[in-house]
Amino acid sequence: MTPDAPQPQLTARPAGRHALLVELPDAERTAAFHAELLRRRAAGTLPPVEEIVPGARTVLLDGVRNPEALARRVAGWELPPGAADDGDLVEIAVRYDGPDLSDVADLWGVAPDEVAALHSSLTYRVAFCGFAPGFGYLTGLPPHLHVPRRATPRTRVPAGAVALAGPYSAVYPRATPGGWQLIGTMPDPGPLWDPARERAALLTPGTRVRFVTAEDTA
Amino acid sequence: MTGKLTTVRAGALTTVQDAGRRGHAHLGVPRSGALDAPAMRLANRLLGNDPDAAVLETTLTGCALRPDRAVTVVVGGAPCPVTVAGRPVAWGAPVRVPAGAVLDVGPVTAGVRSYVALGGGVAVEPVLGSRSTDLLSGLGPAPLRDGDVLPLAAPTGRAAIPVAVPWPAPPAELVLPVRLGPRADWFTPAALRTFTSAAYRVSPHSNRIGLRTEGPALERASTGELPSEGMVLGAVQVPPDGRPVVFLHDHPTTGGYPVIAVVTEAALAAAAQATAGTPVRFVLG
Repeated sequence: MTPDAPQPQLTARPAGRHALLVELPDAERTAAFHAELLRRRAAGTLPPVEEIVPGARTVLLDGVRNPEALARRVAGWELPPGAADDGDLVEIAVRYDGPDLSDVADLWGVAPDEVAALHSSLTYRVAFCGFAPGFGYLTGLPPHLHVPRRATPRTRVPAGAVALAGPYSAVYPRATPGGWQLIGTMPDPGPLWDPARERAALLTPGTRVRFVTAEDTA
Repeated sequence: MTGKLTTVRAGALTTVQDAGRRGHAHLGVPRSGALDAPAMRLANRLLGNDPDAAVLETTLTGCALRPDRAVTVVVGGAPCPVTVAGRPVAWGAPVRVPAGAVLDVGPVTAGVRSYVALGGGVAVEPVLGSRSTDLLSGLGPAPLRDGDVLPLAAPTGRAAIPVAVPWPAPPAELVLPVRLGPRADWFTPAALRTFTSAAYRVSPHSNRIGLRTEGPALERASTGELPSEGMVLGAVQVPPDGRPVVFLHDHPTTGGYPVIAVVTEAALAAAAQATAGTPVRFVLG
């Protein structure tokens, strides 16, 4: 968006009597809006909201007493650029040994041993969670590195699998069925999800992530 | 005095439920909790329990339990025959189960889910603030199996209320008040009319994640994929087959099918008790 092409920053859609789905024009402004919500909640200037659930281009505000009033309030917010770039930084060690590594290399037009270098050269951000507790959808792949899901999903993807689908990268916190392209393994996936820990999920929305090859950390 | 509860017969699907997990949806954690929350709270109140003390939620076929200490129980929700040590006892009111006697919660005579509240409540270890079994993501205790032993908390010391109270009857027709949105604009005007006027039925494929329906398919105005977005309890999601699914407590926190409307939360208790084949109408309101 350029400053001389104004457009509505957000659209607030009611979702029942107690929730508001706020839609943003793109992933960047969704991240900025989410960061602004967390900032205002921490500052005590946001009315009580039970759940703040980011999606790909939306943020759901659930458990809100007066969604209409909140919609009017958020409509006037200015979203500072770059507001979403200051989340905690987490490093995840990966062995690039996934069964789809050569397929992904073909899709990327590189040699298989270059996938690791490319994937671990980027800084990602947890855009949102879903699918399973602690499963974060990581943005940060440039469009030419987006890959389709596998035509046939696997009935079992192991915990720790490092995967790609569409604009996202992810690490499976536990074994589940899955259709993403598997490029590597996080040798110790335990920290991804531990409900006994105060911070149950390692990858919470807004967290920044870097992958490092497991050999580097050995 | 704390105690132990042995599962003599687990039934088709018996889970531990309370008010569920709040405030963790952004991590992908479903709300979970009793599907017929008013039934759980009424059963607990009749016992003098905290209204959200953990109870057992059965599915169609009941269960049988043997406590190792005397315990007062209330079986409510879907009506069913109840026996203690083989003798018929009251449904929907406090009943004393002696130590070592078997409480048998029989198959439902109407509805789907009976609730077994026990003095003090079920005392399994909470996960993220709740003892509920979440069948979508596997949090909380696994569904009961024959022989499982559950810990019981000490009774509160408050007296049970030995009076007959009215329990709502399971619905012969399920009328679900909805508000359109957030994605009603993904459907044709004809589909919106169909949605709020057509006769649907409860599908036998319904579960704690969603009440599935059978009936006319709802046609989309826009094709293409909806980027994943947050989902509320009661969201009416329309998958590619066009048949509305009402999200219940174990629903996924984000999803990629458009939500045509949201059912008022107060109507979801009836949805939890609607058997397969029950007529369903979605009404604006």
